[in-house]
Amino acid sequence: MRIPCPLCGMRDLREFSVRGAALPEPEGAAWSAAWDDYLHNRDNPAGESREFWYHGQGCGAWLVVTRDTVTHEIADVVLAGAEAGA
Amino acid sequence: MRFSALRILKEGLTGNKGWQAHWRDAEPKPAYDVIIIGGGGHGLATAHYLAKRHGITNVAVLEKGYLGGGNIGRNTTIVRANYGLPGNSEFYSHSLKLWEGLEQDLNYNVMMSQRGVLNLCHSDGQRDAFARRGNAMRNQGDDAELLDREGVRKLVPFLDFDNARFPVYGGLYHARGGTARHDAVAWGFARSASDRGVDLIQNCAVTGIDIEGGRVRGVQTSRGAIKAKKVAIVVAGRSSQVAAMAGLRLPIESHVLQAFVTEGLKPCLDHVVTFGMGHFYISQSDKGGLVFGGDLDFYPSYAARGNLPMAEHVMEAGMAMVPMIGQARVLRSWGGIMDMSPDGSPVIDRAPVDGLYLNCGWCYGGFKAVPGSGDALAHLIATDNPHPAATRLRLDRFATGAGLMDEEATGSQHNLH
Repeated sequence: MRIPCPLCGMRDLREFSVRGAALPEPEGAAWSAAWDDYLHNRDNPAGESREFWYHGQGCGAWLVVTRDTVTHEIADVVLAGAEAGA
Repeated sequence: MRFSALRILKEGLTGNKGWQAHWRDAEPKPAYDVIIIGGGGHGLATAHYLAKRHGITNVAVLEKGYLGGGNIGRNTTIVRANYGLPGNSEFYSHSLKLWEGLEQDLNYNVMMSQRGVLNLCHSDGQRDAFARRGNAMRNQGDDAELLDREGVRKLVPFLDFDNARFPVYGGLYHARGGTARHDAVAWGFARSASDRGVDLIQNCAVTGIDIEGGRVRGVQTSRGAIKAKKVAIVVAGRSSQVAAMAGLRLPIESHVLQAFVTEGLKPCLDHVVTFGMGHFYISQSDKGGLVFGGDLDFYPSYAARGNLPMAEHVMEAGMAMVPMIGQARVLRSWGGIMDMSPDGSPVIDRAPVDGLYLNCGWCYGGFKAVPGSGDALAHLIATDNPHPAATRLRLDRFATGAGLMDEEATGSQHNLH
């Protein structure tokens, strides 16, 4: 598997680590059912999935990777900040 | 049909014409007391214990493919009870005791081989941790022996004891651990359940779970609707998809775990040995192949195949620990899909729907759990109370934080186990 980093181009899987499902963080800092759901429960799709990946051995960027979990095909990669519109 | 030495002799002398199919390939009936979704090791074991211990035989096991075609047919066959934390500890202890009587219980040769599991340590800190774990195991009533370097050398003289980075300091030896023939485990449970009246239904994919008024009523399948008073989801690897049919979102991510086997060799490795630095474990099958594996690839996957970085890591760790395997040629490698839970431990619990039960989250430890899991789930289904050895395998532990079983102490979070 290789991932096209928007800053570095096509790079080997070894340079990246997956940082989990790209889910929106719940509002507020207090513990709630929404936080439990955010931390633990997953759609865990067999198919298209949106995940955070960290390019730790490369440019250090956080990416949102749209990837097929059955074929390992990568459909889209964007910088995490840009994706969130931040 | 019972297996015995006399029977084998008789069949051998009469052209082996008297053997029959080991189980009935049943057609689905309109309704059952209990439906078990998933005809793998755990599902078939559940059916066996439901029938044997609780007398519940109006049961169907629904399998979308063929019996034993999932992870029970593609694991590395290791059986052990060397856990350190309450919850896992008593559960796997119970499971190992069932393994020890399994062949007699099933009248089936599962090739249970208590050849011993040896965990190597490579630092003082790791040795201390092993001493603690060994004491926990002995307090549990299981066996554990802390070996020094010379003790390890007696068992496995071929290790690289003076490896520059990871010298062998000693090991924790669990003599009652070992291996079993994985396919035979599925077949043995299938035969026993079928003989007791359970319908084993292959090529029957569940496509929906019927729920009315908060209570399960049955399932929709590729072979029609089937009613049931109770339904158990026992489909590790695909738990999220089946649970979603009941409107549930589980604390599970599916990951790929690779394994490897070499060409057949003469007997050279008598135990199961694990490397303490880097993930690597190895045993030799009765056919002679070295069976080994390492860690997850660490990205969610349903591909049943992994990528090269982890394959390379496994080979490197293997060469660091047992240089003699460098001459062996790898015959094949494969990947199994693991239900990974946040704390790395399983769930056997009621679902938040009446009459629906969950058996999931086995991470990469499902095989050794098969008899214990079947016994515990059967107990839960029959009595609606958890089995005494499985009271802590709760679904709500992630939400409450109480009773987490994080053996590696890395935190209860996805991607850390």
